[in-house]
Amino acid sequence: MHESQVKIYTEDLNLFYGDNHAIKNIDIQVQENKVTALIGPSGCGKSTFLKTLNRMNDLIPYVKITGEVYLDNLNSYNDYDIVELRKRIGMVFQKPNPFPMSIYDNIAYGPRTHGIKDKAVLDEIVEKSLQSAALWVEVKDRLKQNAFGLSGGQQQRLCIARVLAVEPEVVLMDEPTSALDPLATLKIEDLVQVLKNNYTIIIVTHNMQQAGRISDHTAFFLNGEIVEYGATEEIFTVPRDKRTEDYITGRFG
Amino acid sequence: MLKPRSIEKFAKFILWCAALFTVTFLVLVLGFILSNGLPKVSWEFLTAEPEAMGAAGGIFSTIVSTVIFTVTTLVIAVPIGILAAIYLTEYISKGPIAGAIRFGTDALAGIPSIVFGLFGFAFFVVILKPVTGGWSLASGALTAAFMILPTIITTTEEAIKAVPDSYREGSYALGATKWQTVSRIVLPSALPGVMTGVILGIGRIVGETAALLLTLGGSLYVPLSLTDPASTMSMHLYKVAMEVGAMDMAFGTATVLIITVLLINISANFIMRGLKRRTTT
Amino acid sequence: MNREHREKIYRVILFASALIALLVIIMIGGFIFGEGMPIFTKYGLDKVLLGSKWQPSNHIYGLWPMIIGSIYTTMGALILGVPLGVLTAIFLAEVAPKRLVDLVIRPAIELLAGIPSVVYGLFGMVIIVPAIRALASTIPAYAEDPLLSSGYGIIAGSIILSIMILPTIISISEDAIRSVPAEYKEGSLALGATHWQTISKVMLPAASSGIIAAVVLGMGRAIGETMAIIMVAGNAPIVPDSIFSSVRSLTGNIAIEMAYSSGEHTKALFATGIVLFILIMIVNSFALWISKRGLKNA
Ligand SMILES: Nc1ncnc2c1ncn2[C@@H]1O[C@H](COP(=O)(O)OP(=O)(O)OP(=O)(O)O)[C@@H](O)[C@H]1O
Ligand SMILES: [Mg+2]
Repeated sequence: MHESQVKIYTEDLNLFYGDNHAIKNIDIQVQENKVTALIGPSGCGKSTFLKTLNRMNDLIPYVKITGEVYLDNLNSYNDYDIVELRKRIGMVFQKPNPFPMSIYDNIAYGPRTHGIKDKAVLDEIVEKSLQSAALWVEVKDRLKQNAFGLSGGQQQRLCIARVLAVEPEVVLMDEPTSALDPLATLKIEDLVQVLKNNYTIIIVTHNMQQAGRISDHTAFFLNGEIVEYGATEEIFTVPRDKRTEDYITGRFG
Repeated sequence: MLKPRSIEKFAKFILWCAALFTVTFLVLVLGFILSNGLPKVSWEFLTAEPEAMGAAGGIFSTIVSTVIFTVTTLVIAVPIGILAAIYLTEYISKGPIAGAIRFGTDALAGIPSIVFGLFGFAFFVVILKPVTGGWSLASGALTAAFMILPTIITTTEEAIKAVPDSYREGSYALGATKWQTVSRIVLPSALPGVMTGVILGIGRIVGETAALLLTLGGSLYVPLSLTDPASTMSMHLYKVAMEVGAMDMAFGTATVLIITVLLINISANFIMRGLKRRTTT
Repeated sequence: MNREHREKIYRVILFASALIALLVIIMIGGFIFGEGMPIFTKYGLDKVLLGSKWQPSNHIYGLWPMIIGSIYTTMGALILGVPLGVLTAIFLAEVAPKRLVDLVIRPAIELLAGIPSVVYGLFGMVIIVPAIRALASTIPAYAEDPLLSSGYGIIAGSIILSIMILPTIISISEDAIRSVPAEYKEGSLALGATHWQTISKVMLPAASSGIIAAVVLGMGRAIGETMAIIMVAGNAPIVPDSIFSSVRSLTGNIAIEMAYSSGEHTKALFATGIVLFILIMIVNSFALWISKRGLKNA
């Protein structure tokens, strides 16, 4: 495994939804400028874990969290202002969720929120973000149109562009292609490959091929625990744990 | 004994009759008022000042007063109502404080307008006289504002609740604060619903009379300031019908009122339809 | 921090706005009771509530005629309006072709709800009152007494109020019927029941608490209505002894006399407001209770 910087790591992280112990004793180190895939059966806590990283779980009042999360060696829950943290860790959701406004305003929303008012600067950010999300060519003539007019795949790339416009360092993706057709999925996968040069990416997926194709590291979740975590090639070729093997080969109940 | 099939037929017949009856009532009320009132409505009627307590002349000053009164009421009620609804949906939706406020809103919605009138009289007309000028547009509008507050709060709440959580998540995930998320994402998305509430509120205050009898003063001059007394179309209609006995003037005024309400209903439907279209894409 | 500071300020503003509704209801209660209570303490609760004479110029403030007046006209409105409203609601929810509902009936009902009460009052004055006057003139015993033969009175008030509460009763009952789970209906039909049997034996009982809530809310509207009722009820402050008799409602008492009252007389009108306030609070709490209970059962 090629050595690189650790971007995010957790220590004995646990999360409870009321009495439901949704993630258990997670210790994981996420490498900078790599793609880390989270796989596992439905309900095993992948999304929950992802949301602990950008503190989206703070929105749910009955959530209790123990343990630590570190971003760049600083504690995410103590050392960061929540807004600052979310600026540095962007998130793409399972279903594309553009805001009900124009394509342009969707992208400009983040920068505006963080205080950028200058039209020229915004224009530049919008173009750059759309280009990075491989969407610019398709939409450059209709930036003022409503974002709902885009196809599902385009909407998802718009949401990625929207995240990039805030210039994050980490991008969390929760099954970003599960609502898309195979062609749109491929486009997003290609995009992820390009983006990892500049960003640290953590992606949840139910699609084993996808995890194999695009990720450098893979973590296998089961019942809120990480059963196995390591280089993707190893996990997919020589899994150490029987349960991982069963899951990957589709022999899972 | 009757067969279930015959009973079925008979029951449906009764149901059709009931619906027909209901619609007939409406046609009757509208048809009668409009057929008597439309001949009276002319440019002259709309633009001339009332004379002889409203027995002759037009209804110009009451139209002006109705517009000023409505706008003033909205300026007071809409911001308060929207802010209150935001608080009740996005900040505290449960707990004793929310419960108490909801109780207040529900109770307020059920209070008869004449009781609002008593309150408006005791508070705005008598106690706040130095500010409101006693019987005046200001006293009437303040009173009416509290009457429509519950409508605006509840419709805005509904509209805000209908905004998908994915919008909020998307905004928070970009590092927006709560207020930024509410003011830039949630509220704009809820706007058509909020507008419907506002229009319903307009409908209610345009037709309001009882509370105004006790607060607005009833002057037939064009009001020059908010501290002047005034008379709205509804109030004028009541006075010319009951006190002056000028039925033709009453029908003319009623016709203008009905047309106003009709326009309000149509625009509300229009907005609702726009809302549906937007949320189904 | 600056941003957190601002968020806190927004929160306070929002909170203050939300509090206004609560504050106003407390103030309304406070003012009405503060102004009206002295009448009850001075003349005695029973004398004011049950006294059958209202003669402000002689300092006699019996509210019984108005209480009876409100109750009679409201009952009359319910007797006429509830069957019609509930049947129309069933029609809308179960029988009517969708296009007819969307294009004709629902807009008609919305319009019915939006027409100002003074317009209903005007309609009542010129159509319903003369009709009743004609009817009354056929009863020889009534011809002499203007309070019985004028056409203004309980019947006219009840008819006008029944039209005015129709939209409330129809729309809430319709919602209640529509929210009966589809399985109930399917289950009944699958057993070979006819549509009407299904409606009357399964759906209406299941929707009953919603329908009762609709009726109670309609009742609240009828009690609280002012303008239409004073335009057709005749407004004599007497305890009526016939449905043709002129009556005055609690609301009417306030609206008619406020303009020229002063001193103790004004306070007596606030006392009228207290009775109205309490009556409405009871009725509306009852409606709320019914519909909450319905939710729990569902
Ligand atoms: N908001 C919530 N409130 C309460 N429980 C929740 C909440 N979100 C998730 N859970 C529970 O936490 C557990 C983990 O859910 P999570 O959504 O993280 O699983 P997941 O691995 O992402 O599943 P999927 O692959 O289906 O998306 C489940 O038991 C789920 O029911
Ligand atoms: Mg998930």
